[in-house]
Amino acid sequence: MIAALEQVTVRFGALVALDGVSLRAEAGTVTCVVGGDGAGKSTLLRVLCGAVGPDEGAVQRPDRGAIGFLSSGSGVYSDLSVEENLAFSAAVYGLSPAETRRRAARLLEMTGLDAAAHRLGSELSGGMRQKLGVVRAMLHGPRLLVLDEPTAGVDPVSRADLWRLIAEAAAAGTAVVLSTTYVDEAERASAVLLLEGGRALVSGTPEGIVAAVPGTVTSSDARVAEDETRSWRRGHAWLTWHPGEVPDGAPDLAAYDLVAPDLAIAVVVASLRDELVAGGSGGGPQR
Amino acid sequence: MRAMVVKEMRQLSRDRRTLAMMIVLPLLLIVVFGYAASFNVSTIPTAVFGPDAALAAAHLPPEFSVVALDRHGDRAAAVTALRNGTAAAAVVSGPTGTAVLLDGSSLFVAEAALRDLGGAGATRSHALRVHLEILFNPKLKTSDIMVPGLAGLILLFIGTVITSLGVVRERQAGTLEQLAVMPLRPSDVFLGKIAPYFAVGILDMTVVVLAGVLLFGVPFAGSVGVFALGALLFLFVALGIGVLISSVSQSQGQAIQLAMMLLLPQVMLSGLIFPLTSMAAGVRWIGYVLPLTYFVEIARAVMVRGAPIGALWQPFVYLGALGAVVSAAATLRFRRMLAPHQGGGRRPAPRPATAP
Repeated sequence: MIAALEQVTVRFGALVALDGVSLRAEAGTVTCVVGGDGAGKSTLLRVLCGAVGPDEGAVQRPDRGAIGFLSSGSGVYSDLSVEENLAFSAAVYGLSPAETRRRAARLLEMTGLDAAAHRLGSELSGGMRQKLGVVRAMLHGPRLLVLDEPTAGVDPVSRADLWRLIAEAAAAGTAVVLSTTYVDEAERASAVLLLEGGRALVSGTPEGIVAAVPGTVTSSDARVAEDETRSWRRGHAWLTWHPGEVPDGAPDLAAYDLVAPDLAIAVVVASLRDELVAGGSGGGPQR
Repeated sequence: MRAMVVKEMRQLSRDRRTLAMMIVLPLLLIVVFGYAASFNVSTIPTAVFGPDAALAAAHLPPEFSVVALDRHGDRAAAVTALRNGTAAAAVVSGPTGTAVLLDGSSLFVAEAALRDLGGAGATRSHALRVHLEILFNPKLKTSDIMVPGLAGLILLFIGTVITSLGVVRERQAGTLEQLAVMPLRPSDVFLGKIAPYFAVGILDMTVVVLAGVLLFGVPFAGSVGVFALGALLFLFVALGIGVLISSVSQSQGQAIQLAMMLLLPQVMLSGLIFPLTSMAAGVRWIGYVLPLTYFVEIARAVMVRGAPIGALWQPFVYLGALGAVVSAAATLRFRRMLAPHQGGGRRPAPRPATAP
């Protein structure tokens, strides 16, 4: 194990940003922290890399020199060129100029940034900046790579480039922990942690989470009135989560098609289940 | 337009620091500067030498305040007293008459002394027959005393205002968080921030002083080494203040406001324009807290009077102490900024980064 959070709670004044959250980052794995805006993803990652300390709980992490971090704003200096951004980071982490050149050349080529090596950070597109941020974070070969929404606002081709980088880092033995709002990205991860309101709703492997979805999920053409608080739209169909089995002989069973859960469904169900446990909320969920 | 006005009012009301500055600062400035803005010299520190020193001191006009009296002293002692800044006027009494030497680098004090004594070589009703002589700046040229001080003001402007934007830029660009998780010590960040500006500041200082000497004919009577030491110390303080301002500001606007708040009093209260001795005691102490006061003192003393370092130990010690305090405070601020995990649960929520 490279890093871990044990029952970590973080408060910003009256706001509880993280509430008793645990996470383990193993070598050679990718852990995805999934959640909506304000779920606590960035706070969790900042705790993990040491930018924020916990008010309660314990944190285990490698030395700062063995951590690579991409903050939510890409952390690229707009008035430095791509090469200069990397040179600064490399110097801070004590890489030799020759080693810096070798690593930077390979990573820039992998991400397609080699042609932009002399361009200023301000002259890069959003996607290029994100890629440069990831390259900068992994340039020194960290044992723990922490990436805050590395693919946010990035085009599909660049997303693929970024995931190739991430996969390569994990293959080299790095423990990668990243946050995302895209559930399809979480499906590629070794482990997933779903956050909502600072609390961990579910965690585990994507397959394990999907297998553990309780109840039944059905699909229908129209939203069913009695289940509307547990229904959400996917494509042209309405999906509905039934906390228990759909009873045989139910009058409207013919209107339902059973749906095999995937990770996206598991995430929604976890959220609905949490609301159910908490006593539910007014109005139907917006998924 | 109404919507625009309402939006601006709302934004302004959220920026409490700016609002407070806009309301409180004008009142504060007019009161402080009003009491400081005076060319009227009421006290002239005077050293009296020679066998008839006591008699000469007794006949001095009331504006002349005797700070030293030495019956065995001669003209050389009087020149030394003026050069070292012990006094702005020196009286040398003897059997052949009385000579009053004035320090031309204290322009307004020298002019006041001339007025009080009725002009060079004249006889006054105070029964004091005097021979007047102005040393160091005999023509009482304004440029001779302003240029050394302006060099400090220019350095202060560059050092404080421009440096004050450094950390705020990192904060607003979201790169400060990157620095926080990098293996950097707070002192690395502080020294790394000021080093480039330090180099530019040295270049600026050289250019400004050379321009003063070559274009305005300002004398450089003293040691270049002593001047350089004073300039480096002052530059270190100015840059440190800039970084400190930057570390407590949330935006570039706030940083500029704070920097200007510190710059304006230094222009008015450092002795650069108005003599410190002319200021009301209630505001004069502010001048003695500000670093430019001590650099102006060093620059004028070295360049115009050729004062040795021994005579300037007080401003040097003060600038050194101020440099230590400012750099320690800035490093502490960086420690807090770069290691927030030391804090408790009262920290503010993280601010979203904006595009740099």
